Amino acid sequence: MKPFDYTAPASLDEATRAGARPATRFIAGGTTLVDLMKLEVETPEHLIDLNPLGDGDPSLGTVSELPNGGLRIGALARMSDVAWTANVKERYPVLSRALLLAASGQIRNMASMAGNLLQRTRCPYFRDTATPCNKREPGSGCSAMQGFNRSHAILGTSEHCIATHPSDPAVALVALGASVRVRGPGAQPSAERTIPIASLHVLPATRPERETVLNPGEVITSIEIPPLPFARRSLYLKVRDRASYAFALASAAVALDLANGTIRDARVALGGVATTPWRSTAAERALIGKRATPATFRAAAEAALRGAVAHRDNAFKVELAKRTLVRALTQVSA
Amino acid sequence: MRMTTPPTDPPRRDAEGYRVPEFASESHWDPSWAECVRLYNEVAEALSASPPPAVDNQSSDWSRRQFVATVVAAALAIALTRRVARAEPAALPRPATTSGSAAAVKLRVNGRELSLDLEPRVTLLDALREYAGITGPKKGCDHGQCGACTVHVNGRRTLSCLTFAVMQQGKEITTIEGLAASAGASGDALHPMQQAFIDHDGFQCGYCTSGQIMSATAVVREPWGLADDDVREAMSGNICRCGAYPGIVAAIQAVRKASAADQGGRR
Repeated sequence: MKPFDYTAPASLDEATRAGARPATRFIAGGTTLVDLMKLEVETPEHLIDLNPLGDGDPSLGTVSELPNGGLRIGALARMSDVAWTANVKERYPVLSRALLLAASGQIRNMASMAGNLLQRTRCPYFRDTATPCNKREPGSGCSAMQGFNRSHAILGTSEHCIATHPSDPAVALVALGASVRVRGPGAQPSAERTIPIASLHVLPATRPERETVLNPGEVITSIEIPPLPFARRSLYLKVRDRASYAFALASAAVALDLANGTIRDARVALGGVATTPWRSTAAERALIGKRATPATFRAAAEAALRGAVAHRDNAFKVELAKRTLVRALTQVSA
Repeated sequence: MRMTTPPTDPPRRDAEGYRVPEFASESHWDPSWAECVRLYNEVAEALSASPPPAVDNQSSDWSRRQFVATVVAAALAIALTRRVARAEPAALPRPATTSGSAAAVKLRVNGRELSLDLEPRVTLLDALREYAGITGPKKGCDHGQCGACTVHVNGRRTLSCLTFAVMQQGKEITTIEGLAASAGASGDALHPMQQAFIDHDGFQCGYCTSGQIMSATAVVREPWGLADDDVREAMSGNICRCGAYPGIVAAIQAVRKASAADQGGRR
């Protein structure tokens, strides 16, 4: 691992200023970053530890009520704590489930909620510095395109990158219409902004190295989930190679507002198949106003996967994602 | 030219008296420095006792001795170079560049305060194993995939390979060495989970076991369901290549049942 200097900032101001320097990374749980630093995929010269900020401001690490009836999740809150929080389990079961199906017990204890949103792809070529990768080394080429691409994305890809976004909770959060509060360097309040998670991640297009709209020095301070009463009827279904502790081959986050068998409102997002946490408004439109029947669910799944682009080893994901979504909708409407 | 023994530092020790390892020895041939010096000097003396090399005076006897000495010297040079090269990891804790230089890191492990001289890039696992001599936490994959390095940080199961030691200052760190004492056991008494792993054949080779037990003792405190499947799901971050899973699940369930019965009895 490359040497780096370590800073434990005393304030968010200090953190954002220090974080704006080149070759700087913030660290919270570290479960992605330390791993990638060992591989020398990440080689920061300066590391800013955000954890001490939670000592001064406990709201950075806890779940609380928003005045509008939604929930605010501190950026440093750990995945396991959020998953077991009663308010989350009851009001947003899709999020609790997505968290518990992600990673392992130890990693969930360590990983922060904001860090989970910002985790890097598991593409094996991104993680292997001996192979070309446009995300790691812009312009070097994409090894996955002609390589072993079974785990790769079929939605939101470009000819420069087909790396899958690996997060489960991000898929649930994007279905719930959640946002992140972000704080950048400079004077408040101009340094603060709110970004819907649906616009936080950017498609690879021609610049796979740029994964989010965050600017240097900007940190996520909280995640805000709007009130969504029908999300009590929501779930996260994850399909993977092992029964546990594996990344999704396909996953679906769904919430349905049902009245007498008719779908009044719907939320649909897919994981394991796209380059970003993938909300499918096309699937939602195919559901809203329809009867909750297998035919409706299948139509929604077809709409969700329209435009999917498969490569040599991941064509199975097109049908797998459709069936995953149909099963999730069937279960949530039961 | 005589070579002298290089100045040797006394074994480095941390504030608590734990020896700081210089470098890990390897199983293949590893001549000590003193042995290298002794052999080198023997060869040098053999060479100096020989007649000076002369192109027109190459007796077969001299050239044989010269040949042997040259070969031995070359072999020793290689051995010495290897020693120097292999000794380099010992230099890692010292500043390699201006950034990231070593500084005192204070860790509280198993109730003891340790002060270790660590670079920021030293993981908690390496700090425990290589600097504090606490080798209960094992290095399996070193990438957070196997669970062998599991320790408790403030009572929560944590992968010590995926966090930097410098980030864990002020926390209460418990390893398998301190587990029984942390649960109030005295002397050599085992933690109930350790005993259960023995009773239920929860291991074979034992390499993953400290991680399994550290994970298991935390799982008992987490809000999982009662079924065996819940235990399997909760423990999925701990891999056992011997496949002792049935015994591990049985051990954990036995402790959970005993602890539930215990709590019921107190009510």
